[in-house]
Amino acid sequence: MTAKTDLTGTVALVTGATGGIGRATVGALTEAGAQVIASDIGVNAQVDGAAMYAPLDVTSEAAWADVIGRIEREFGRLDRLVNNAGISVTNSVAATSLSEFRKCFAINVEGVFLGTRAAQPLLARGGEGREGGSSIINLSSVGGLRGAAMMSTYCASKGAVKLFSKSAALEFAALKLPIRVNSVHPGGIETDMMDTIFARYVDEGLFPDMDAARAAVSAGHAVGRMGRPAEIAEGIAFLASPAASFMTGSELVIDGGMTAR
Amino acid sequence: MAGRLEGRIALVSGGLRGIGKAICDCLEADGAVVYATDLDAPDSEAARAAAHYIQLDATSEDAWIAARARVEQDFGRLDILVNNVGADLTGKVQDLALADWRRLITLNLDTVFLGTKTFQPLLAKAGASTPYGSSIVNISSIMGLVGMGEVSAYNASKGGVRLFTKSNALEFADAGVPIRVNSVHPGFVETPLLRKGFENWAAREGTTADAMIEAMAQTTPFKRLAQPVEIGKVVAFLASDDASYMTGSEVVVDGGWTAR
Repeated sequence: MTAKTDLTGTVALVTGATGGIGRATVGALTEAGAQVIASDIGVNAQVDGAAMYAPLDVTSEAAWADVIGRIEREFGRLDRLVNNAGISVTNSVAATSLSEFRKCFAINVEGVFLGTRAAQPLLARGGEGREGGSSIINLSSVGGLRGAAMMSTYCASKGAVKLFSKSAALEFAALKLPIRVNSVHPGGIETDMMDTIFARYVDEGLFPDMDAARAAVSAGHAVGRMGRPAEIAEGIAFLASPAASFMTGSELVIDGGMTAR
Repeated sequence: MAGRLEGRIALVSGGLRGIGKAICDCLEADGAVVYATDLDAPDSEAARAAAHYIQLDATSEDAWIAARARVEQDFGRLDILVNNVGADLTGKVQDLALADWRRLITLNLDTVFLGTKTFQPLLAKAGASTPYGSSIVNISSIMGLVGMGEVSAYNASKGGVRLFTKSNALEFADAGVPIRVNSVHPGFVETPLLRKGFENWAAREGTTADAMIEAMAQTTPFKRLAQPVEIGKVVAFLASDDASYMTGSEVVVDGGWTAR
């Protein structure tokens, strides 16, 4: 048993909580003692450890208002927001439709904006007088730091998340709102999303099969393997905790050395 | 409840004061056995307050080799190396003496190289017996990321630490050596080193250190300096298995300074 980050007495909302990183994040925050509201697009879902599941389409302003209102009524506070919901697009620029591009931005970027805006009042109140204040953690990607072939839409969206995070961090600091904002940049992680990306690589003829795609992506990490969802979740839990009290506007890169090159 | 660093052996250079002292405290709080090294004589008050102390001139390879011998004899392994020792230098390029430049590069960069080189075998040995390997944490600075006027030597040295870290991380990963290597980039931290640096600078500018420190706090988005413990806790995270997929990363702890 290791002494984890202590989040006792805090309430956290995790979007995209039924995906690989989302589930692991709910688990890590719960283990640290937080009450966690898990949300995702589905009407119902079972997420281990969650105190509550709340269906949430992150692209809908009305849905955000509903969920934040429900959290205020049922928990009375909100201290951490993990904007984790996201989708990938793996396609050439030429073949990407405008609607596909917009859908990616609606979920990956507008979702972060809407979530931040909707949660800000509760987070500001939750952070008052609390060591390290409140914390927003936005899931960007190594794709928000570097480009990748066939990933232009996704990389553009994750680059937007990176700089939205920094601007929000500076804005809240300037307004003296006790809300830290940081971004997390995972490398390739063992999730359904990566399998979707591998399948698209194969469709596009970049690799002969899934195994070849997986091997190439694994080798792209200095440590020679993809990451596990829990390895991202621990970084998120760290940023959520008072241990990161002087961190705002920072990028936490968890990529097995991929971008050190 | 056992800490997440229970059973781990750590060494922190420059560990008696400021950020180094806070790092030692945070690693110990998580259960590690921690050696602090510094220039103090072993019978100094600060040295006697440390749980384990090694007198070490971190610019001397012989001194590092002697420190390794001590750790090897005591525990036969090292899990965590924090290359924290460093110094400050400000001044216009035209006014910097080559000797002062060299001294700063030696203190901030040679020390990281020597610590890493000397302890690699003990770190690799420990890393092979833990689930996610050993961890080296190098203390760079926001001044290793962005420039500032009249800070050229310090900028150069800390930029050197940043890329030494990445190269070292890749070298170990490529060779399958189980040591993660990451850098931490503090903003302005309330330490004796910071105050001394500002005192020297303030004397030249005809102002006071307090006034300069307050002005510096106001340039930080958080409108305050960091406390050393806020760096120590980040180092403890990187030292632990919680950061198992992190190598070659730079963790910026600056209250938003470089987000602009």
